[in-house]
Amino acid sequence: MMILSELAYWESTSLRVVGGLAAVLLMAGTLVYIHLFKLVSFMQSRLGPMETGPYGSLQLLAEVGKFLQKEDIFPRKADRFVFAAAPFVILMSTFLLVVVVPGGPDAWFIDSDLGIYLAMAVSSVSVIGILMAGWGSANKYSLMGGLRATGQLIAYELPLILAVVGVVIQAGTMNMQGIVLAQADGSIFGWSGIGNPFLLTQAVGFFVFMIAMQAELTQSPFDMPVAESELVTGYMTEYSGMRFLMFFIGEFATAGVFSAIAAVLFLGGWYVPGIDSASNAFNVIGPLVMLGKVVFLSFLVFWFRFTFPRFREDQLQKLAWKFLIPIALVNIVATGILKVAF
Amino acid sequence: MTAISDQQQLSYIAAQAADARVNVEIESEGMTLNLGPQHPATHGTLRIVAKLDGEQVIKADPVMGYMHRGYEKLTEVRTYPQVTTLINRIDWLGSFANEVPFILAAEKLMEVEAPPRAQWIRTILFEMSRIANVVLFLGDMAVQVGAVTPVFFAFRDREHILNQMEAVTGGRFHPNFDRIGGLKDDLPAGWIDETHQVMKKMRRFCDEMENLVMGNEIFQARSRGIGVIPADVGLSYGLSGANIRASGVDYDLRRDNPCGMVHDQTDWKVWTHPDGDSFARFWVRLQEVRESTSIVDQLLRTMPSGPIMAKVPRIIKVPAGEAYVETENPLGAMGYYIVSKGDLVPFRVKIRSASFSNVSITPWLLQGVYVPDIITILGSLYFILGDIDR
Repeated sequence: MMILSELAYWESTSLRVVGGLAAVLLMAGTLVYIHLFKLVSFMQSRLGPMETGPYGSLQLLAEVGKFLQKEDIFPRKADRFVFAAAPFVILMSTFLLVVVVPGGPDAWFIDSDLGIYLAMAVSSVSVIGILMAGWGSANKYSLMGGLRATGQLIAYELPLILAVVGVVIQAGTMNMQGIVLAQADGSIFGWSGIGNPFLLTQAVGFFVFMIAMQAELTQSPFDMPVAESELVTGYMTEYSGMRFLMFFIGEFATAGVFSAIAAVLFLGGWYVPGIDSASNAFNVIGPLVMLGKVVFLSFLVFWFRFTFPRFREDQLQKLAWKFLIPIALVNIVATGILKVAF
Repeated sequence: MTAISDQQQLSYIAAQAADARVNVEIESEGMTLNLGPQHPATHGTLRIVAKLDGEQVIKADPVMGYMHRGYEKLTEVRTYPQVTTLINRIDWLGSFANEVPFILAAEKLMEVEAPPRAQWIRTILFEMSRIANVVLFLGDMAVQVGAVTPVFFAFRDREHILNQMEAVTGGRFHPNFDRIGGLKDDLPAGWIDETHQVMKKMRRFCDEMENLVMGNEIFQARSRGIGVIPADVGLSYGLSGANIRASGVDYDLRRDNPCGMVHDQTDWKVWTHPDGDSFARFWVRLQEVRESTSIVDQLLRTMPSGPIMAKVPRIIKVPAGEAYVETENPLGAMGYYIVSKGDLVPFRVKIRSASFSNVSITPWLLQGVYVPDIITILGSLYFILGDIDR
């Protein structure tokens, strides 16, 4: 932002911190209410929360209040420091992810040329947190959940990155802002009515990205690490109160942030057709457009989550290595050839 | 200087290679994992002590008895009509079916037979409790493999059956409706039409489950070939019900040993499946719900009129003797062995419950499977804890 650069360092930093907190918490809250409370309830032929506030809209506050009151229990044999630190590590990865997501032409946290590269790098930090939680809990279920999660996240990191590579080749930049502008100012065979959302040209990449994202978020059908019918809740089993809430926020905020990244990569980010991409209006409506796209993409995530049974560990590894990675590689080759040809 | 012969050189190389050989198998101690007694997947308090190597099961033992309520002993201090209150709670999802074999055994000793209308209604309620029970299995099996939504559909549609049960018996879960020589009451007005509607809903539910769960590729990948029970092994462990029919054994007590109920008055089919895996058990149960709805429909159409109670004395004293009656309950063959000394109370009652035998195969079945498959297999065997421990 123009103004931001004129402020003192501490002022701009605290603005960013407030913005980041708002982006993560508001997004997590929105997704939990719209998807977890309401959408899923309608899918399962029930109403969801209806009593706290109009249509249960204050249920979220009630839930947070409930978690805050609960005792913070440490298992006796837990590795106390690791156990206590794990939720912070996971949440840290979410906050580091959100900084690369642009909300408008001038509404961004950092405008780095490494953009998407940075996002892919910091998204792996959560693996460490999960492993810490699994190991520190001194619980066999937690350990198995942690190990399963680690194997899964490492396997699906690869198709996720490979799916992004296609977009990067096409946009010619790793800057998130640049990727949005490449789509906003692009044209489909000379027709620039709706720009050129990469969803059209990178449909394979989008498909791979959404599946790998589902696995990165450990949502069903890839929820083997937290499989509640066998591992109780996997690496989160021993957590209670505030720390469990942090896992919970981490889960849903990460779902939101990954959806935001997917929106930037494939749906044109904060851009909507009809308004000039350099227009100042996008600084205001951009974040709302982003939120709309995030809600749509995370709807897909939660739709799949509450429809499919879960893969077994070996089956999901097979899916990653034998199916997703090959087609992602083919996609990269095809994109590269077409990029050079045109 | 003597040259080394080729033979010597080869043996030298072999010895060197033997020294250099490293055991690449990583030696690891097994881990003992306690699944239960408090665990989301054991439907109550079954405990499985699994010895694991990584995620593979080396040895698994079911530990039963956490919910033992001593019903066999308690029946000895209750009069015959009072016993039905207790045994309702053995398999709590299909309670009415628990009462039937006990009442039939007592009727056999007293040499009374329920009038036709009572037999008809008894069979209808028996089949409806089967539907109520198995419908929940169809949803629950999906939960075991990780799909959360189908179980809500199961609870939603089971409600219709429970409402019909409540309309007749006054109890949703524990009807306590069967009497020696007949039934407590006749059907309420309008019940027959409503039940036809409910059966239609249950058939729609079956179609829904077929599309949503059985047709799902992930569900098939998770359940096909998992937990295969060959027919001879299943029979040697005393498996019964859908579990043994899924292994290709054409055995159904409703058809093979009809007593006191009128399944032979209807046109229905015993479904079997040759595979014997978890998927087959799901498939067979789904078909059975459909058959049950058709049995209920047919019986409702052919229901005779007449009394619902045979002539029995006001104070029931069962003549001395022994009787064993087994029926095809929702979970499998359930039987009561009653020993009477001509008293107001039974001298001894032995309850043969299906789940106890069905679960006893787990040590054999769980060898070498992976942890996620334990849950699939236990889910597909479908036991009710009350039915194991009694």
